[in-house]
Amino acid sequence: MSSYNLTHLAQLEHEAIFVLREVAAQFERPALLFSGGKDSIVMARLAQKAFAPARIPFPLVHVDTGHNFAETIEYRDWFAAEIGARLVVRLVEDSIKAGRCQEEKGLNPSRNGLQTVTLLDTIEEFKFDACLGGARRDEEKARAKERFFSHRDEFGQWDPKNQRPELWNLFNGRKNQGEHFRVFPLSNWTEMDVWQYIARENLRIPSIYFSHSRRVVNRNGVLLAESPYITLLEGECYEERIVRYRTVGDSTCTGAVESPAATLGEVIQEVASARVTERGTRADDKRSESAMEDRKKAGYF
Amino acid sequence: MSSSAAPAHVHTDEHYLSMDLLRFTTAGSVDDGKSTLIGRLLYDSKAIFEDTLENLERVTEQRGEENLNLALLTDGLRAEREQGITIDVAYRYFATPRRKFIIADTPGHIQYTRNMVTGASTANLAIILIDARKGVIEQTCRHSFIASLLGIPHVVVAVNKMDLVDFSEARFNEIVAQYSEFASRLSIPDIKFIPISALHGDNVVEKSARTPWYQGGALLYTLETVYIGSDLNHVDPRFSVQTVIRPNNDAHHDFRGFAGRVAGGVFKPGDEIVSLPSGLPAVIKSLHGPEGELAEAFAPMSVVMTLDREIDSSRGDLFAKAHNQPAVTQDVEAMVCWFSPAKLNPAGKYILRHATRETKCAVKAVRYKVDINTLRKQTDDVAIGMNDIGRVFLRTAVPLMTDPYKRNRTTGSFILIDEFTNATVGAGMILWLEPAERSAAGQFADMGGL
Repeated sequence: MSSYNLTHLAQLEHEAIFVLREVAAQFERPALLFSGGKDSIVMARLAQKAFAPARIPFPLVHVDTGHNFAETIEYRDWFAAEIGARLVVRLVEDSIKAGRCQEEKGLNPSRNGLQTVTLLDTIEEFKFDACLGGARRDEEKARAKERFFSHRDEFGQWDPKNQRPELWNLFNGRKNQGEHFRVFPLSNWTEMDVWQYIARENLRIPSIYFSHSRRVVNRNGVLLAESPYITLLEGECYEERIVRYRTVGDSTCTGAVESPAATLGEVIQEVASARVTERGTRADDKRSESAMEDRKKAGYF
Repeated sequence: MSSSAAPAHVHTDEHYLSMDLLRFTTAGSVDDGKSTLIGRLLYDSKAIFEDTLENLERVTEQRGEENLNLALLTDGLRAEREQGITIDVAYRYFATPRRKFIIADTPGHIQYTRNMVTGASTANLAIILIDARKGVIEQTCRHSFIASLLGIPHVVVAVNKMDLVDFSEARFNEIVAQYSEFASRLSIPDIKFIPISALHGDNVVEKSARTPWYQGGALLYTLETVYIGSDLNHVDPRFSVQTVIRPNNDAHHDFRGFAGRVAGGVFKPGDEIVSLPSGLPAVIKSLHGPEGELAEAFAPMSVVMTLDREIDSSRGDLFAKAHNQPAVTQDVEAMVCWFSPAKLNPAGKYILRHATRETKCAVKAVRYKVDINTLRKQTDDVAIGMNDIGRVFLRTAVPLMTDPYKRNRTTGSFILIDEFTNATVGAGMILWLEPAERSAAGQFADMGGL
């Protein structure tokens, strides 16, 4: 007699596929938010599996700050072509030009927050009613409170104090005109699960996740890559370091970690022994104790 | 990156890929050390990172509090931290060499029932905390009733603050007897008792030398080893169709696959199935899982089935086998937990979502309300308000394919949705009715059996 057990990674995989199919079944115009980061790569892989042998029945959407790492953008374009998906790219630059938002001022200007404007405009433009995101509950404490199906009002806002209870595998995707959902199939995955899945599926990922030499500046403990969008302060200078990225976001607010990990196996070893959280390298989260919650309420990813 | 020794267990892929998953929920009242216990499990299993801890220390200091406030770990929202209360279920993750764990951490005070019911709906196990000084109190009963109602197969009763009763065996036994007496009225298949001190770590991760009279394992060992292989139903074949996959491309011209998640039993190619509610038969041609073609599929696998013939079947239908079918019915007798500030309208209409089917339903009767502190059935006051639990009789617009919740947590559960606000206002568990009761529209079913 066989034993009817699944490993935890298989359980997470089956759960995520179930959620992806619920989205296809419950919504008319879903989109998969794809940044070329590891979580969205895993999510796209799961979407391929969920609908095989048919194609993923929705487009990939990327909100490009214009300050992304070149490696990630290259990867994004390669990946979309590789799986035959439709790729929609909208630029924060265009939102700024159109006067929809303004470039931040100050020492650490970032377009991270501005993405919300472009994202909500894109949702409006295509009338997307569900946007799939790769966010995980283990990443950050406000995200630990997220639902799989997260309701957004007509202004794209999240109301964390008034969320719909989510029981069993029953997802309530009902909404009124103009409202939409953010859906997070990887809610129960941890950073380690994502890496193990990348290894198991032998997924190609952007090169910046692996050790390389890069000129960086140490700002408040965050190693920021050299770029035209960063102004050095007095006493700061770029130095050559051996680094890799644990998370990949906008280059102006995503820090590198010093690391010799050059292969997937070495990265996994490193994640297993890591003593700081993945988002510890994100300057955008360090702005305040509730930086993530505030951005999410406004409509952020 | 620190050079501290890596937890040797997690990084061998082979090992990692053979770990299973336990989902558990924690229940306790205010000040019974629940946050401390979770904090300790997370900390001792190295699931709390240095920056999280430093941040916690900083915030605790800013708040002018003395002891490290582990509750701040789970209170992710600003309003929660400001008010010092937990508003919503938070999910936490940790792993040991044996298992991965998902904790649904549910708050003790506000909207307790709603949150615990939510956390309990997917849990294999509940830890119920009892303060050794206080023994079994009203809240213990409430938590245990919810665990029983939601069909959690395993309960660990952690008798906490044993340090404050001098690790007394007599006191522990007294509480075990108290609890067992009460629990005999419930339906929890597996109950374990562990004497602990969350604050000092006794019997949490390591067995304590201060309880030599206690023969069982530490809490973490129990969580790691409790057998969950038979928690899911592998007897009654159930498969709800989520969506139909038709590639319409040259390579897969005639492919028509039924995608869904197995809710019970085992399906194999060659098996004859019936599609319900139509009753049309077909034979499974092939099964496709995330890693390719499968020889069999069981709960909770997400699969695609192809059949040997074209049958008219779509989202909301259910595949079972001719000799083992669920009830196909428009009459639903169920226990309902209510989540909305607006009371359940005893003559109201709601949207009901069951498995992959959504339909309208009308409330035909409210049989009684449960006083969740005494487990008494109240028939004189049947107004079901927020956080109340009651028994209702519903009539649906289209047939549902249901099993009793006791038999199958997937085909036995549903949610109720307000037609106008679209909010999820209630959660239901379908009752097991004896044939005689079924004809009498079931006024007598014993909810203790749930």
